[in-house]
Amino acid sequence: MPEEQPMVQFKDVEKVYQGGNVAVEHINLEIHKGEFVCLIGTSGSGKTTTMRMINRMLEPSDGQILFNGKDIHKIDAVKLRRQIGYVIQNIGLMPHMTIYENITIVPKLLKWPEEKRRKKAKEMVDLVELPEDYLDRYPSELSGGQQQRIGVIRALAANQDLILMDEPYGALDPITREALQELIKNLQEKLGKTVVFVTHDMDEALKLATQIVVMDHGHIIQNATPTELLTHPANKFVENLVGQDRLVQARADVTTVEQIMLKNPAAITPGKSLAEAISLMRKRRVDTLLVTDDENHLKGFIDLESLETRYQSATSVGDITKSSIFYVNKNALLRDTADRILKRGFKYVPVVDNDQKLVGIVTRASLVDAVYDTIWGENEDYQASDSAKESATPTDQEPATDSAAADDREAPKEV
Amino acid sequence: MFAFLNTHGSELITKTWEQLYISAIALGLGVIAAVPLGILLTRFPKTAKVVIGIASMLQTVPSLALLALMIPLFGIGKVPAIVALFIYSLLPILRNTYIGMEDVDPVLIDAAKGMGMTAMQSIRQVEVPLAMPVIMAGIRLSAIYVIAWATLASYIGAGGLGDLIFNGLNLFQPDLIIGGTIPVTILALVIDWLLGRLEYHLTPVSERA
Ligand SMILES: Nc1ncnc2c1ncn2[C@@H]1O[C@H](COP(=O)(O)OP(=O)(O)O)[C@@H](O)[C@H]1O
Ligand SMILES: [Mg+2]
Repeated sequence: MPEEQPMVQFKDVEKVYQGGNVAVEHINLEIHKGEFVCLIGTSGSGKTTTMRMINRMLEPSDGQILFNGKDIHKIDAVKLRRQIGYVIQNIGLMPHMTIYENITIVPKLLKWPEEKRRKKAKEMVDLVELPEDYLDRYPSELSGGQQQRIGVIRALAANQDLILMDEPYGALDPITREALQELIKNLQEKLGKTVVFVTHDMDEALKLATQIVVMDHGHIIQNATPTELLTHPANKFVENLVGQDRLVQARADVTTVEQIMLKNPAAITPGKSLAEAISLMRKRRVDTLLVTDDENHLKGFIDLESLETRYQSATSVGDITKSSIFYVNKNALLRDTADRILKRGFKYVPVVDNDQKLVGIVTRASLVDAVYDTIWGENEDYQASDSAKESATPTDQEPATDSAAADDREAPKEV
Repeated sequence: MFAFLNTHGSELITKTWEQLYISAIALGLGVIAAVPLGILLTRFPKTAKVVIGIASMLQTVPSLALLALMIPLFGIGKVPAIVALFIYSLLPILRNTYIGMEDVDPVLIDAAKGMGMTAMQSIRQVEVPLAMPVIMAGIRLSAIYVIAWATLASYIGAGGLGDLIFNGLNLFQPDLIIGGTIPVTILALVIDWLLGRLEYHLTPVSERA
């Protein structure tokens, strides 16, 4: 299969402003159809410059930009812009035009008949859940959030496949902002749009993007998926931009149960006698045994309590096996499993593979180790203060273990 | 009063008409020249300073002197008067057009361009409508100047209500002076009111004060 042609491709693009100010340099970037690309970086890092070269609002000083494989320099700038949706931070609704007129600016430029424009405008306001009678209002009669909704649909009204958004939600309050993030993400997924979104807010980028392009001083520092960015930040700059909190959380987010489970759970088959069961418990110093069949499929468990009460009546392990047992798949994320174990108060959880075969066990003690490692392990950069380390360490003292673990992974940070 | 109207009534009407006619042509030409020029100048800010400077200078030439200067070029009569008044009308219109256009939020111009409007479409659909109240204020100001100064045009034989007033001055007939001055004032007020109506209709609904 031939490699899919990128929708937008930057080839060694450079932009030098008058006066010799180099805004961006050596920009190589591919944006594929259906991606949600966030350009992120500090102020002045060249995000806006990069974006505005796509619709020829700025001309590169060097290099080449392709739109659907065609050099944008060979496309009439006006025609190009009518194919690309454009949303700016200040919204830029025309104050002297009604909402209807605003939404249909590009369709009108493209000479759509009135009827088709009217239909499209209605469809668009429905899409963002605004009443149709808003079409006859003026922008000043709408709230900031409503205005930006109109700003977004105005960029979609001529069926543009590519939408450029330059910090579109910067000026909105957090609640409106969240609603609009939801909106653009839904629209992008539902309508299969490609979005290039400039932001300086990492939360926003992580929430929306399928591809994050980190910029600094006019260069692309890292171009990665959100997960890659969190798990493998390219350098210190990206780490700082992402923030330690998120990196720590991310490590917990991607750790699977398999990575932290104990691999030799105490297990027994149903055919064994109760005497053998007790001797195994004694040997392994546990009060519970997992029960598996000959193929190692998890069947249930037996505990000391039932062993004691039914020792007279039962003969084999199978007779006293309790089959209702909570277990997790080895590929489950640690973070979810930890939540469950801690909230439900399990002392341990068996781990199975995709065939229901027993492969390990997670205990509260192993959880504490895991949480500890994800926060302070591996990377010495994250040396915690000594006091925090000490209080989280004594995993073998029951009370300390329980309280440290019960507060989830945040706990050691708070002591 | 009635006696005055009886003797001078028909003269009054012709002279008022002449005044209106001279003023309207001068103002019309002023609008036709100064509005596009003002718009054009917003694209060349450096030239704009020079051009507006020159227009301001012309404005300071005393009106009688300017009228007199027209004689060697255009002789006497209505043509030199119209040319002189046209020159006077330029500055307020030019300056207001320039300021009005410059005052349009650059974000909106950027948005218009970003959506794929040509420069012309942006000017017609976005910039001029938004600048309209300021442009119209310039035109109304020019209209009042031109109507008032058209009175002086009688000096170079252009006719108009100035004929009545200057006759009155020469013959020591105060009723002629008053009879000539009142129609000038009324004319200015009526034209300003009419232009106000025009402004209202040209201004986008949302921008009306
Ligand atoms: N019109 C301009 N003229 C000169 N320098 C500019 C212009 N626009 C931006 N710059 C400079 O280019 C660099 C990148 O700017 P920009 O792309 O706006 O960054 P960002 O959007 O990431 O904040 C900055 O150093 C900025 O000062
Ligand atoms: Mg920017």
